[in-house]
Amino acid sequence: MTTVNKSLPSPVVKLENHVKGESLWQDSWKRLRRNRAALLGVAIILIAVLMALFASVIAPHPYDRQTLTATNATPYWVTRIFTSMIPQGEPGGYVRISDQYLFGADSLGRDLFTRIIYGAQVSLLVAFIGPLVSIIVGFIVGLISGYVGGRVDNFLMRIVDLMYAFPTILLIILMLAFFRAGFGDLEPGSFGYIIGQLDRQTGGMLFIFFGIGLTSWMGMARLVRAQVLSVREKEYIEAARSMGTRTQGIMLRHIIPNIVGPLIVAETLTIPTYISYEAFLSFIGLGVQPPRPSWGAMIAEGAQRITSYPSQAVFPALALFLVMFAFNFLGDGLRDALDPRMRGVD
Amino acid sequence: MTKFILRRLLWMILVMFVVSVITFGLMRAVPGGPFSREKPLPQATLDALNAKYRLDEPLIVQYLVYMGDIVVPRIGPQTVPSADEDYLIEFQLPAIFGENQSFKWVNFGPTYSARGRSVNDIFRENMPVSAQLGVAAFLVAVSIGIPLGVAAALNRNKWQDFGAMGVSIIGVSVPVIISAPVLQYLVGVQWRILPVTGWGTLNHLILPAFTLGFASSALIARLMRASLLQVMNEDYIRTARAKGVAESGVITFHALKNGLLPVVTVLGPLFAALVTGTFVVETVFGVPGIGRYFVTAVQGRDYPVVMGTILLYAGVLVISNLLVDVVYAWLDPRIRFD
Repeated sequence: MTTVNKSLPSPVVKLENHVKGESLWQDSWKRLRRNRAALLGVAIILIAVLMALFASVIAPHPYDRQTLTATNATPYWVTRIFTSMIPQGEPGGYVRISDQYLFGADSLGRDLFTRIIYGAQVSLLVAFIGPLVSIIVGFIVGLISGYVGGRVDNFLMRIVDLMYAFPTILLIILMLAFFRAGFGDLEPGSFGYIIGQLDRQTGGMLFIFFGIGLTSWMGMARLVRAQVLSVREKEYIEAARSMGTRTQGIMLRHIIPNIVGPLIVAETLTIPTYISYEAFLSFIGLGVQPPRPSWGAMIAEGAQRITSYPSQAVFPALALFLVMFAFNFLGDGLRDALDPRMRGVD
Repeated sequence: MTKFILRRLLWMILVMFVVSVITFGLMRAVPGGPFSREKPLPQATLDALNAKYRLDEPLIVQYLVYMGDIVVPRIGPQTVPSADEDYLIEFQLPAIFGENQSFKWVNFGPTYSARGRSVNDIFRENMPVSAQLGVAAFLVAVSIGIPLGVAAALNRNKWQDFGAMGVSIIGVSVPVIISAPVLQYLVGVQWRILPVTGWGTLNHLILPAFTLGFASSALIARLMRASLLQVMNEDYIRTARAKGVAESGVITFHALKNGLLPVVTVLGPLFAALVTGTFVVETVFGVPGIGRYFVTAVQGRDYPVVMGTILLYAGVLVISNLLVDVVYAWLDPRIRFD
């Protein structure tokens, strides 16, 4: 009995001290700051964002300038790492050595380092806009479905089921082919023409956002619906309703703030998927349109010459890997921070 | 159980119907036909080609004719396979149906991009390749993923856990688009252990199968770990321990059996995705599978190939989902009464 009495007060006091004056966000931020892997992720993402923002300043060359005298030029240090690349002058050597380019040049004589920097723009834009589109669509569908319920809910959820049964990658490929050809040659002045021009100016990114957004909102919709359903029956919602708050007010002020945490976590963890979708689409030539560089397209080009110039595929692959790794770490860290109960559980 | 399966079957048919309508609609909404070339064909030739493939008829008629060829079984004299009439399923019927009658089913029609070839020809040639690669990759994924997840869960917060989760976060962060060229370089070019590209021998299979399988094994490992951790906290585990079951028995008979449930749900779509071919791995490793056909077919407006591939993929997907549902309902009786 005495031991119980001794041990009881201390955790209670500790808990009170801990909770005092801290909002959910401050608390989460504190936890996130202690997570080294997540911080590493944040650091990598920040570096990539800076690279993307100041690409034109950092990049030593224009990304589309072809120097024909420098095709496949490779600096010496690269041939030391990729020992299968034998420099000219050595027996069996074929690699043109030139220290003019940090990572070397591709088969058209364009600077690889420059193209990797510009490639960050595409991957990061997809990383930030992909979730945005999926959140907007998913939020609307999920909120309506969960809050209205009944027949509407049933109908919307069956659509979600159907979309899940559709092979996503094939659907994206099909939609992109449709967008590219459909908005390709329309008369100037029409709405479609403007969309097509917009896509061309963004180097083909607009349609990638459409494609990704339209095929990846279902998970978000389900999540929002489930969260709404679980929150809806809580007493504070009933209290708000009894005080005469309208549906919109309840959704905006009570339901949305309470489901933001899980949504952020889910979306951050999906970001790598969006990035890899873009890389895949660019890999097969339906994504970012040349000459604008994308890591996926660079990997595709490099993979064709993997036996003679492996560095051309491995460098962009490494960049892609680092960014995806960073977002995964950040997502895991956010999950642990926002919902400590989930720590260590997937 | 029968009712459950029947309901799932009906749902499956609805899904296939919607998939076919959406694909058909999207495909036809894309401007340009299968015969638009940089140098336009003469109008007469174009008309003749369109008439031959019935592309001049109303869309709804085209859709019905196309789907009819696939869905409706035919009975008639045996056909010599041609581009237009090539049935996936065809066998001689017993004499009661009449002299020399055959049962013929599933005709995906001709491809527009190669003369005298049918979509079924493409399937027969390339599907087995994709399927072999897919099954191998699936085995790799399961045999790496499940032990890794179990080891991590049973040694929570020990080095095994951190190691396994480290491997799996690499797996999650490395899509095949990265691992394919990198592994190809390391194993094929640098160390020269396995062939760089090609298909046909067991050596050619290892690298692409591992590349494909490893990416999915990470997902399985994470899921397995999470679900096993959850199961280990359940009351029935405590009960089993309390009644004196040895720890190994608790894990194999009580924890693993229940922990596998959530993993089974992802195995279905995963299997479908792997078996029906993946473009990146097939392209990088030069595997003559079905994945590559789809992309070229979309770009070339080869309608029957696009439709055929999507329907095939969706078919494999819904069937494996159905199997998962049935297995799940069998393992977890609560679901049957949903």
